[in-house]
Amino acid sequence: MAIAASDNVFMTQLDAAANWARSNSLWPMPFATACCGIELMATASSRYDIARFGAEVMRFSPRQCDLLIVAGRVVMKMLPVLQRIWLQMPEPKWCISMGACACTGGVFDTYAVVLGVDRFIPVDIYVPGCPPRPEQLLASIIELQNAIKKHGTLTGKEFADRRTATGPAPLSLEELRRSRDYLLLQAEQDEAAAEKRAETATKHHP
Amino acid sequence: MTTIEQLTQRFGGEGFASSRFRDNVRFDIPPQSLIEVLTFLKSDCGFDLLVDITAVDLLEYPDARNRFRVIYALANTATAERLYLRTHLDLPNPALASVVPLWLGANWMEREVFDMFGIGFDGHPNLKRILMPEEFTAFPLRKDYPLRGRGERHNFPVITRAES
Repeated sequence: MAIAASDNVFMTQLDAAANWARSNSLWPMPFATACCGIELMATASSRYDIARFGAEVMRFSPRQCDLLIVAGRVVMKMLPVLQRIWLQMPEPKWCISMGACACTGGVFDTYAVVLGVDRFIPVDIYVPGCPPRPEQLLASIIELQNAIKKHGTLTGKEFADRRTATGPAPLSLEELRRSRDYLLLQAEQDEAAAEKRAETATKHHP
Repeated sequence: MTTIEQLTQRFGGEGFASSRFRDNVRFDIPPQSLIEVLTFLKSDCGFDLLVDITAVDLLEYPDARNRFRVIYALANTATAERLYLRTHLDLPNPALASVVPLWLGANWMEREVFDMFGIGFDGHPNLKRILMPEEFTAFPLRKDYPLRGRGERHNFPVITRAES
């Protein structure tokens, strides 16, 4: 939070000025891990021209950005990196989850791929598509600008009550069952092995 | 004399067999004679290139007598001849001798087989996981490992908006 102020102080005109400035100069941090990254590049290039909306300043250092665009699937080995990038970005900051894989894991429902980044980092806008067209990404940026203009505050009060993860709980019931079955199986095997060891021990030393 | 003839002449007996599917020539060997056969192939038969090391989990595979099959794909760069050397392993502790002393390129290939199937390579200089994170405990390409994992991909802290 940029400025500390008590909860009952409202600076409506200052908020409006800050929102106007912030929404028209979103600096994206491209986190492009898959084919959505290509669409993201197309959005930045001259044909679609993200610069028309003031969001053309792609910076590859999270410390200079205020909009994280997660474009592509995130594997479990990459997630700590993504979380670290999010934490390094200065306030106020927003996140766009671009494409089916970033939103839900897409078709990659395997042990290695995270089923939606919103389970582990906050997400403001979801863009569907596989990959989404540049127009869709532009629409999401316009949507985000409108949201900032409508709900944004100078002190970042609007973030304070978002205390739970945006996405569903990380562990699904099915996954819990699978883990439990495996642990039970392991225990059974260990027991059988211990019994076998005891048996052979008594055989050798009757 | 073809390579298979050379091999059968030199290494006969229990556990050795050759087979062929179209231009795919395979030679099966028992795991303990791996280094001997590979050394012979490299020095006497001109198979100077180790193309790949890979493995197959034969769990519930029809007519399979062993759990794992490790395949060494070799090539002779002078004659463009190819040969697939196969050996079979079982649980517990499936392990082979490392071929890094013969081909330095085997280093990462053996690490990959170890990472995915849990097959050990004795004498490997640095046998640790190569693809999965270090703290991963399972061997994901084994057939008894569920495709969707055992909850590994959910073991991360959740960052919410209020705290960051």
